[in-house]
Amino acid sequence: MHNVLLFGSAFLASSVEMVEAMTIILAVGVTRGWRSAILGIIAASIALALIVGILGASLVQFVPIDALRVVVGVLLLIFGLQWLRKAVLRAAGLKAKHNEDAIFEEEVSELSAVSASGEGLDWQGFVVCFKGVFLEGLEVAFIVITFGANSGRLDISTAGAVAAFFMVCGTGLVVHRPLARVPENAIKFTVGLMLTSFGTFWGGEGVGIEWTLKEPTILLLVAFYWALAYVLIAALRPRAETTLATATDGGVAG
Amino acid sequence: MKYIVGFGRFWYDFIVGDSVFLAIGGVAMLGLGYGLVQAGAGSMAELLLPLTVAATLVVSLPRVRR
Repeated sequence: MHNVLLFGSAFLASSVEMVEAMTIILAVGVTRGWRSAILGIIAASIALALIVGILGASLVQFVPIDALRVVVGVLLLIFGLQWLRKAVLRAAGLKAKHNEDAIFEEEVSELSAVSASGEGLDWQGFVVCFKGVFLEGLEVAFIVITFGANSGRLDISTAGAVAAFFMVCGTGLVVHRPLARVPENAIKFTVGLMLTSFGTFWGGEGVGIEWTLKEPTILLLVAFYWALAYVLIAALRPRAETTLATATDGGVAG
Repeated sequence: MKYIVGFGRFWYDFIVGDSVFLAIGGVAMLGLGYGLVQAGAGSMAELLLPLTVAATLVVSLPRVRR
C-alpha cells in the first residue's frame, strides 16, 4: 500500500510539473515554430542529464532552485506582458492584426538572409522553451530524489515520474495538431496570458512568496489576467473606433 | 568592440524588446515582492504581486498608443 501511495504521489507531483513544461512547449511550438521548441527541449534535456548525472542525489543541496525561479520568472513575466499588451492592442483594433501576405514577404526576405548567414533559430522561442523544460525538469528531479530518499525506494518514485512523462507527452502529441488550427492572434493572446501567469507564480516563489493554494494559484492568475485583458480591450475599443473614424474623415477631406 | 556592442544589443533586444517600461517593471515587481517577504509581509506580497503586474500592463498601454 505504501509503495502504491509513493508511486501515486511521485506520479501526480511530476505530472503537475510536466504539464507546466508541456504548456510552454506547446505555446512556443505553435506560435514560434517547432524547430526552436524542439531544440530548446533537446538542449534542456542534455543540461538536465549532465547536472543530474554529475550531482546525483546531492542535487537537492547544490542547485539554487529559488535563484533559478527568479531568473525564469522575470523573463517569463517580461515576455508575457509584452505579448499580452500587443494582443490587447490587436484585439481592441489599435494595432494591425497579422497580415499573412506581409508576413510571407517578410519570411521570404528573412529566409534569404538566413541562408546567407547560416543562422535562423528563433532565440526567444528557444530560450523560453529551454528555461521552461530545464526548470520543470529540475523540479521533477527534486521530487523523485526527495520522495525516493525519504521512503528508501528511489526506483518507485522514478517509475512514478517516468509514467507521468509518458502520460503528459502522449497528451501533448494528441493536442498539438488541433491547437495549430486555432487563429494565430488568439493563440498569442493565450500564450501572453500563460507566460505572465507562470512568470508571476515562479518569480513569486523565487523571491520567497508561499502561494496559499500552491500550483492551482496559476489557474487563478490566468483567470485574473484574462478578465483584466477583456476589460482593457472593451475600454480601448471605442478609442480605436474614434481613431479610425478620424483617419477616414481626414482621408476623405484630403 | 564591435562584437561586444553586438552582444549587448542582442541581449537588450532579446529581453527588453520594444518596451523598456515592461522590462524595468518586471524586475521592479519581483523586487517589491522580495522586499515584502523580507519585511515579514509574505501574504501581502501574494496579493500585491498580481496586482502590480496588472497595473504595469494597464500603464503600458497608453504609452504604446501614442
